[in-house]
Amino acid sequence: MAQPCRLPAGGRIDRAKPLRLRFNGRDIEAYAGDSVAAALLANGVRLVGRSFKYHRPRGILSHGSDEPNALLQVDRGPGRIDPNNRATVVEAADGIAVSSQNHWPSLEHDLGAVNDLLSPVLPAGFYYKTFMWPQSFWQRVYEPKIRAAAGLGVAPHEADADRYVHRHAHCAVLVVGGGPAGLAAALAASDDGARVILADEQPEFGGTLLHDLHATIDGAPAGDWRAQALATLAARANVTLLPRTTAFGYYNHNHIALVERVGDHRARQDDRRPRERLWQVRARQVVLATGAHERPLVFADNDRPGIMLAESVRVFINRYAVAPGRRIVFATSGASAYAAAADAKAAGLDVTLVDIRAEAECGPGPAMLRARGIDVLPAHTIVGSTGRKAVTGLIVAPVDANGIVGPRRTLACDGVGMSGGWTPAVHLFSQSRGKLRYDDAIDAFVPGTPAQAERSAGAARGIYDLAACLADGWAAGGGAARDFAATPSPTGFRPVRALPTDADAKRVKAFVDFQNDVTAKDIALAVREGFESVEHVKRYTTTGMATDQGKTSNMAALGLVAEILDRPVPQVGTTTFRPPYTPVTFGTIVGSARGALFDPIRVAPLHDWAAAHGARFENVGLWRRAWHFPRPGEDMHAAVRRECRAVRESVGIFDASTLGKIEVVGRDAAEFLHRIYINAWLKLEPGRCRYGVMLKEDGFIFDDGVVARMAPDRFHVTTTTGGAARVLAHMEDYLQTEWPDLEVFLTSVSEQWAVIALQGPRARDVLAPLVEGIDLAAASFPHMAVRTGTICGVPTRLFRVSFTGELGYEINVPADYARAVWEALWARGQEFGITPYGTEAMHVLRAERGFIIVGQETDGTVTPDDVGLGGMIARAKADFVGKRSLARPDMLKPDRKQLVGLLADAPDLVLEEGAQIVADPHQPIPMTMLGHVTSSYWSDACGRAIALALVSGGRARMGQTLHVTTPTGFAPARVAAPVFFDPKGERVHG
Amino acid sequence: MLLVTCPHCGARPEIEFRYGGEAHIARPADPSALDDRQWAEFLYFRSNPKGVYAERWNHAHGCGRWFNALRDTASDAFLATYPAGQQRPDLGGGR
Ligand SMILES: [Zn+2]
Repeated sequence: MAQPCRLPAGGRIDRAKPLRLRFNGRDIEAYAGDSVAAALLANGVRLVGRSFKYHRPRGILSHGSDEPNALLQVDRGPGRIDPNNRATVVEAADGIAVSSQNHWPSLEHDLGAVNDLLSPVLPAGFYYKTFMWPQSFWQRVYEPKIRAAAGLGVAPHEADADRYVHRHAHCAVLVVGGGPAGLAAALAASDDGARVILADEQPEFGGTLLHDLHATIDGAPAGDWRAQALATLAARANVTLLPRTTAFGYYNHNHIALVERVGDHRARQDDRRPRERLWQVRARQVVLATGAHERPLVFADNDRPGIMLAESVRVFINRYAVAPGRRIVFATSGASAYAAAADAKAAGLDVTLVDIRAEAECGPGPAMLRARGIDVLPAHTIVGSTGRKAVTGLIVAPVDANGIVGPRRTLACDGVGMSGGWTPAVHLFSQSRGKLRYDDAIDAFVPGTPAQAERSAGAARGIYDLAACLADGWAAGGGAARDFAATPSPTGFRPVRALPTDADAKRVKAFVDFQNDVTAKDIALAVREGFESVEHVKRYTTTGMATDQGKTSNMAALGLVAEILDRPVPQVGTTTFRPPYTPVTFGTIVGSARGALFDPIRVAPLHDWAAAHGARFENVGLWRRAWHFPRPGEDMHAAVRRECRAVRESVGIFDASTLGKIEVVGRDAAEFLHRIYINAWLKLEPGRCRYGVMLKEDGFIFDDGVVARMAPDRFHVTTTTGGAARVLAHMEDYLQTEWPDLEVFLTSVSEQWAVIALQGPRARDVLAPLVEGIDLAAASFPHMAVRTGTICGVPTRLFRVSFTGELGYEINVPADYARAVWEALWARGQEFGITPYGTEAMHVLRAERGFIIVGQETDGTVTPDDVGLGGMIARAKADFVGKRSLARPDMLKPDRKQLVGLLADAPDLVLEEGAQIVADPHQPIPMTMLGHVTSSYWSDACGRAIALALVSGGRARMGQTLHVTTPTGFAPARVAAPVFFDPKGERVHG
Repeated sequence: MLLVTCPHCGARPEIEFRYGGEAHIARPADPSALDDRQWAEFLYFRSNPKGVYAERWNHAHGCGRWFNALRDTASDAFLATYPAGQQRPDLGGGR
């Protein structure tokens, strides 16, 4: 029979819209408006999962986001598979396939259930105690086995086929939670036109009003009041209603993150819509009307499928028209379960209610139920349950005021609704850094002093009566004080920890945390072993640490610790709640930042030319730079050798556009650079360039580059590719905050100027025919000079500089003309065999000449003297950034690591960059390490491999043989000067 | 995410800004006059209080200007922001 547990009438489901889903390969019929949990229960499915540690059969415990047990894998088609979904919050949709998790080979027959039998040897802290030694065993043996045995869902293998978007919003008031308090707050807050956002995690607003069939508000049925309130809000242009939207994070300055589920409830994915939308809301005021969570009762075998929370039983009956059982026993320590029992009876179910409290404590509830023909057993405790894959009975026993337990009896049943009272959902308040306060009257932590512009309202701060919730919400929304008339709600409960029992408490499993399989005895054991802080108990037992964040278990665990220690609850304290309130998909957080948008990619103006000419690219920061240009049949090694030879023998062309460029202009520009760089600038003549090094105030090299003086008050500064932004920021910082009296203006022109490096003995021959207005003759345009003119009719700043050691030019042209100029040079250079070269050849060429690369030869702990640039320091300067630090004693030590060349005894051995260097490879471990290799290449020009290294006291070790680590052992290498080619630097003057 | 009020642009989200550490630590006019200990204190020692802290912010992805702020490090509440070079408002806290 289809839907055997569906009630014939009632509920908020749409019986005109039947739909079909699959559970573990079986067809499940449902109606629009069902949650997956409701659909499963309607079809008589009780067993939906296996527990985390003991693999015990588990069913659906709750009806909402606090669900700890019913975690399902949801399959909506290729690329749309998602693990660990709570069946209680996933909406039933046509065609989805859901399946249970954490069992093998099947849900019905799970071999892991042997853990339940082994449980006497799996106490709290078992993993910590057992798997401490030997350490390597943890990684190789224990952890993989534990991971395989105790798991949640399976991560999907395919790329996520869905789209996720981000949205930012501002509002006067953000109301979180659309129950009675939240609706009242939104009505009051939006009354005067202020912008209000009302968000609720459920598909429908209303909270408890969705399943409270008998309450009235201001004389009307509560359902009508709800409909009227929503109609009013929907009609207000200043109100944004966000159903299916969970506020999961409350951050600084009223910044709230919410996730809106846009797509999953639709039968077919609509490609125009995202699956989920992340809202980042900045609210002037936040109202938290997040309600409360019901507490389970802690008794032996309280986890059998069919044992649910009492209010959830009521929700399934009233809202989904599903009977969670035909014979239901309610077990309670408070008043709210009486309403659930009455509703279950009204739905035609067989109902009994057991109350831990004495009859005199129970108020009007027992009489009300008895009048409806319901058997009420006050002063009874629950000592166990029967059944295996579904509950078949609840074992109860009378208990007197002293906790003496009388004879047991079993109440046959196929469903249990338990209620141990209520816990306000203070998670978001706690995230906002508000201080919680313990309220003895309701045995719960409630919001104390807010830390931000926030008000909590209704059940979220322990107000459980409907009329009071409405008034509290109205006030929180800024409304003038007013009263609401509403049916009194049954409230009040006796706080109970583990229920009194006649059994040996050390032998029974009374679950406190269902999702992490933590029992009352685990908590008792943790306290006995000395874990008295609730934060320690939490970590030792893992209670409250699972994806449900202990929504149902927190107070039970706290209360137990307090009871065992015989201390008041506030002295035990509570744990800190952290985001997210409920699990959030990675997709939502990532949003559109995936694929090509994962990280911005920067390409230079000549990128397309390089790609068309076969370049292979490397990532340099965000840049894609041409790495080398292999010809057909060439590997990288061969290509780089050919490119280097071309530069040394004829001419090469290189895209240096990624260099950072800063235009430094103003009356005091020279003085400014004089203070920023280690070298002197005041006397640099216009038309001349100088290589500059800058330090941070700590004396370590920060960046370097060539600076050209274009005019007395104008400099063209270049920086490293990676340093462009931070050098500009560094300069701005000093200019604005230390020397605001200097008249200097800094402008980034990195993107405006493209730079074409033309390098090699024939560079001038290629360039000359294309340039106008510049005399290229060596005498009038020497090395380290700069000229302005035109090239191919395009304005240029032409630098005669060289990072290769050859005659060379760096041709700056406006970026839009770079391709045209490059093509002209390319055409003109054909007769000289002009060769494009990439960053790898550039690295080799500069290493042959011993030029450093900041970030390769330096690492933030290297001074100018360490890399042999001490001579650049303008000693006459009284001050520059970092100068004082260079005089610190540590900076002057002779054993500082210094830049040297390294030549391996085996000439064709290219050492590994980063390899460690020692003096004696036979010394005992740990060895004294002298330094490391910073750069290492094969050099065609030298006919052998070359390397640069930072070596302790390196300059005093010239000619010594040191030993360098390699994958196959130590290799001997001789310390040499860090210049391997053209040691006098004559070729640049060619 | 903090909401930071640039004195020149107004309230903007934290991601537009770069943090610059403690404020009102002027670079010595003549660093060479300081002994090693004094120089180390200038370079590395910061007050790090729990409470009101004067700190530097740069509106890096906005106007680009540096300014100072008084922030309560315990609550992250900004008590004041003011342009660089202006005196620290007298609102309590350490140096
Ligand atoms: Zn600004």
